[in-house]
Amino acid sequence: MNSATNSGRALPWALVTPALGWTLLFFVLPFLAMALSSLTAHDGGGFTLSNYSQFFNNPAYWQAMVNSLQVTAIVTLISVLLAYPFAWILAEQVPARWQRLALMLAVLPFWTSYVVRSYSWLLVLAQNGVINRALTGSGLFAEPVQLANTRLATIIGFVHFFVMLLTLTIFANLKQLSPSYRKAAADLGAGPVRTFLHVVLPLTMPGIMVGAFLTFVLCIGDYITPQILGGNNELLMPQLVMMQIGRRGDFPLASALSIILMAVVTIAYLACARWLKIERA
Amino acid sequence: MSINLKATNPTTKNPLSVLKSRFHAACAATALLLATGSLAQAADLNALIWCDHADPALLQPFEEANGVKVNVKEFEGTGAGLAIVEQSQPGDWDVMVIDSIDVPRGVEKSLFEPLPEDKLPLADLFPQVKMDSSTVVDGKRYAITEKFGYNTIGYNKTKVDPADMQSMAALTSDKYKGKIAIYDYYLPVIGMAALAIGKKTAELTEADLPAIKEELLKMKANAKLVGEVTASQTALATGEVDILVGGGEWVTAGLAKENPALDFSIPKEGAVLWSQSLAMFKDSKNKDMALKFIQYIMSPEGQARLSTSACYWGMPANTKAALTDEQKKILRFDEQPDFLARAQPYPAPNADLDKKMQDVWTEMLQAQ
Repeated sequence: MNSATNSGRALPWALVTPALGWTLLFFVLPFLAMALSSLTAHDGGGFTLSNYSQFFNNPAYWQAMVNSLQVTAIVTLISVLLAYPFAWILAEQVPARWQRLALMLAVLPFWTSYVVRSYSWLLVLAQNGVINRALTGSGLFAEPVQLANTRLATIIGFVHFFVMLLTLTIFANLKQLSPSYRKAAADLGAGPVRTFLHVVLPLTMPGIMVGAFLTFVLCIGDYITPQILGGNNELLMPQLVMMQIGRRGDFPLASALSIILMAVVTIAYLACARWLKIERA
Repeated sequence: MSINLKATNPTTKNPLSVLKSRFHAACAATALLLATGSLAQAADLNALIWCDHADPALLQPFEEANGVKVNVKEFEGTGAGLAIVEQSQPGDWDVMVIDSIDVPRGVEKSLFEPLPEDKLPLADLFPQVKMDSSTVVDGKRYAITEKFGYNTIGYNKTKVDPADMQSMAALTSDKYKGKIAIYDYYLPVIGMAALAIGKKTAELTEADLPAIKEELLKMKANAKLVGEVTASQTALATGEVDILVGGGEWVTAGLAKENPALDFSIPKEGAVLWSQSLAMFKDSKNKDMALKFIQYIMSPEGQARLSTSACYWGMPANTKAALTDEQKKILRFDEQPDFLARAQPYPAPNADLDKKMQDVWTEMLQAQ
């Protein structure tokens, strides 16, 4: 009896051990190494908090975090606003037999290289690019507008990518929603707008928030898009981290900045988890 | 789908013995492959390089002549390169391309092997680019300059007045507002800002940084973008901008055939001289081949191929480089004595000043 109970208890552990080992080896240990590195001086000295104090005392470093949060918030908001109606059309308006094809078309941008996609946007937004040619050709603008190498370009590049991601999570949530809820709301006299605002939207909030959180995490940690499209006219946190490594090889400061970035992501996760109980979604 | 083992081996062997024998055969084959691989690895030359050394037109003649495979790994920035070395086993790497001013950083970490001066064409090098203050430490030569050029003003001569490009004042004038890109590397551009305010790059101190920052902010106010190599090169080539601060032959020469309008000037204030060197690792397991590689790169043929590499062009350090007349014209080879006389060395700050310079650069990037 006891041995049967013990083996019953051991089995779940045996099943999760590979995952735990993987997490320990490829997340916990590297994270500890990075945390340790962030507490050492660049010149090989002993324990120091100077890498963290530099971030809080240097307005240019602090500004990188502000820029990152602003860009990430704007990208997340725009992506949600664009993805929701797109997902709704896919789930509700497109016939079931076409939904698979429509979804595949929706995620097509994922099939191309991230770097190539960013450079493609650079060509589209450039002074001699398609958009500026259309604007000047149609007479709307006499001179080309600066679109490339701006924060706007970074946001466009991000939104193009993350709308697809959010569409998938919201679409999945909409498909799981039983039609009975809407029928019940209609039976109780609610119109389409009221049904959407008071029934459908609240029930699809977990899908929105999961997608929004993924967008937040991937966007705030991305180096390539702002580097290619932003023209370095302002620095975001990942660029600031990379800058410490290039010539000076200041891994302790880069580690400290990475941990601060990670702390912000953790706070965002805790906020989302508390509000929407993501773990039960 | 099932596999009929008996059908494949219709003798007396049972499936298990067939699997065992195949397993043994596979082990033997793997061992053979590993042995061959390790032998090949021992004969290979492993090089930590910048992108210009990855050009097959440069490597293939050496590989064919010596029956060796050159394995290359590209990196950007000395810090990143040294980090790769620190994360490798001693002996993993044979040679390294490094900023000439950073050679002492490698020597300090006991990474490099002294080079035999009598086996290198030192006498053929442009004297100003030998950089002995960096490449020779305690009387021993640890690296040799292989390529150089200028961080100066690159421009499109059909879009700007070439006469304006003879002064750095053009970079901060309203005339070219929004027509400028800045190369995103703090040392050379800080060097240019120093030249613009009349400072010597070799004598920069912390006290100079406020004035340098002010000059950088003026340049930034005129700039459309601050871009790394590819971005700044693309911006100039596509007409997004007409002037590249920090540009030079490394941007314009390689594009000369497609876009002959691109050119560079050495303004009256001077230019910043960049140079890259080649060093051999102390723990190299293949020092003879490493030396042969360095000798090849420094030979007239190797120098011509390196200086016209597909990644970026630059001046060969060896005056006897076997360049064609057209290539020499594009590189403005004959004007080098004048250019070198007016160029100033790359800023070589100590660790503390280096950090402060990078912080000034960060503040410039964040300025709106």
